[in-house]
Amino acid sequence: MAEASKIPVTVLTGYLGAGKTTLLNRILSENHGKKYAVIVNEFGEIGIDNDLIIGADEEVFEMNNGCVCCTVRGDLVRILDGLMKRKGKFDAIIVETTGLADPAPVAQTFFVDEDVQKNARLDAVVTVADAKWLADRLKDAPEAKNQIAFADVIVLNKTDLVSKPELTEVEARIRGINPYAKLHRTERCKVELSDVLERGAFDLDRILEIEPDFLEAGDEHDHDHDHDHHHHDHDHHHQHDHGHGLKHYHDEDMQSLSLRSDKPLDPTKFMPWLQNLVATEGQKILRSKGILAFDGDDDRYVFQGVHMMLEGDHQRKWKDGEPRESRLVFIGRELPEQTIRDGFERCFAS
Amino acid sequence: MSDIASGGAPPSIPSITDRVRAIALGAAVTSVYFLGDRACFVGAEESVALVDAEGQIERITVHGGGILCAASDGSRVVMGGDDGKLVAVDGKGEVTQLAVDAKRRWIDNVALHGDGAIAWSVGKAAFVRSGKNEDKSFEVPSTVGGLAFAPKGLRLAIAHYGGVTLWFPNMAANGEFLEWAGSHLGVTFSPDNKFLVTAMHEPAMHGWRLADNRHMRMSGYPGRVKSMAWSAGGKFLATSGADTVIMWPFASKDGPMGKEPAMLAPLQARVTAVACHPKQNILAAGYGDGTILMVRMEDGGELLVRRNGTPAIAALAWNTKGTLLAFSDEEGAAGLLAI
Repeated sequence: MAEASKIPVTVLTGYLGAGKTTLLNRILSENHGKKYAVIVNEFGEIGIDNDLIIGADEEVFEMNNGCVCCTVRGDLVRILDGLMKRKGKFDAIIVETTGLADPAPVAQTFFVDEDVQKNARLDAVVTVADAKWLADRLKDAPEAKNQIAFADVIVLNKTDLVSKPELTEVEARIRGINPYAKLHRTERCKVELSDVLERGAFDLDRILEIEPDFLEAGDEHDHDHDHDHHHHDHDHHHQHDHGHGLKHYHDEDMQSLSLRSDKPLDPTKFMPWLQNLVATEGQKILRSKGILAFDGDDDRYVFQGVHMMLEGDHQRKWKDGEPRESRLVFIGRELPEQTIRDGFERCFAS
Repeated sequence: MSDIASGGAPPSIPSITDRVRAIALGAAVTSVYFLGDRACFVGAEESVALVDAEGQIERITVHGGGILCAASDGSRVVMGGDDGKLVAVDGKGEVTQLAVDAKRRWIDNVALHGDGAIAWSVGKAAFVRSGKNEDKSFEVPSTVGGLAFAPKGLRLAIAHYGGVTLWFPNMAANGEFLEWAGSHLGVTFSPDNKFLVTAMHEPAMHGWRLADNRHMRMSGYPGRVKSMAWSAGGKFLATSGADTVIMWPFASKDGPMGKEPAMLAPLQARVTAVACHPKQNILAAGYGDGTILMVRMEDGGELLVRRNGTPAIAALAWNTKGTLLAFSDEEGAAGLLAI
């Protein structure tokens, strides 16, 4: 089945009390003409009557291949299979995880399960974060950090409960872990649904660029609330990785690592290196993504991964005038930065 | 493999496709059973279609949503739905509601015993209603993946993550746990009651010899096994999941331990459904490309029942006399073949 005709699945995570249910209720009650099937971990919190709300048990199963981080959500395999019997009755699926959940098994389910892959596609991991308490949770709750690191979209909620300096502080904390997710500031999870749904974050065809998210980019679509305090003093889109007027934090434990080169890569060196890297360091690497320029190849090659699982494909021709540049991003825990950088440099075509 | 022309079955396979009565059900189908002379096609949601040998269709509403599981004892088809209901339909088309989950949770699995007992599961809980209409329940550590009654006695196999629990509903004792790492999604007893086999989430099966719980690993499938059928007399277990029908030998006391399975009816498509003839050593195999072959187990001789070029075969069944074969693809392009 073509990717486009598969049912998109949005994973909604966030630490206890951040506002996941508020966002979910907003999605379900807004007048968008779409019908969502929702897989929740607790019944009763959703105030909307919908026969497509399914209770889940968050059963995380290890795969029988001896790899401890190859886990899947067994309940999700079963529920998605059951939901597919009612294909045509809904447009998209939202999976709400518990506050303490690791998003990886949910994502990995889409990498390993043939039946799930046949009918559904992972759209994005959306993490709701509490502007007031996130900084504390990042210190004491590894789950909260995982959820931020894993996110494609971060809804920074309850911004009305913090001062501007506090908001700047918590955003810097988030960016210290994951500068690539789209970040939206909200009160009561008031966010455009197009900012959280149908993101195509796991769609290889839609990996267009790998650039840190600047708040301005995220706010362009965001007309609901004032954002005069969001502007920072810069006007460019192609610098990278540094503060932009934000405080810059380096999270001791969870970081992102970005590699970039205009030297063409040798696929016979790069592929084994990448596979070996995720095989040996995959437990530490939560997400990976790359756009690659291979030597003598007129097509862009793109890949993405979750822990040890990778998928990649040729995407499209390099356009005329487009710099043939390779960019890779790893987000993970205690990444062996120098080893990764050195390994990458040995993959250039000679 | 290389001599199979792409886009068609090998020309060497004799065809009996002209003897099939085509039936357009017009709705997705997940399984089929015979209730007397009528085939009961179970839809993906809401209804079943009872079809007689003449091709007359009677459509009957059974659920208010998706139909998640079904089983038959020959006199009724019992189904569980995402409406939290357990419902039976008989050969006359009469519908009986057997149970309702108070919280409208999904009824994920169902199994029937020859003596009238019914088992079903909701999440981690398995329920048994014996012939005397007495309900009992048992909870396993994770969501139930499959249920099967032993051919003798009131004993239920409950497949789940990490293994299978064998439960005697009439005894107070805890179940017996057969451990094997991984998620077990389907389960079946051999007709002689000596072996228990599960289909796993990963592309493999696992078996236990019940006398001593010795393990039997049955792996090497390219895809998950979703259809299993015992041959007449229980000498073989035929399975889907590969581009041939994989036949595990169970005639000896060791079952398939240390033996290679037989591989029948290779095509360039994955086998999706198998059904063994109730009396003879013949089976029907449905494929992911819509092909159906009838296969002689002794020598692998094949007859073409349905051509390829459609969605996968989802449903395949013989009537108890072995005179009628019913089938359907996933989207309800069905057929009946009289032998």
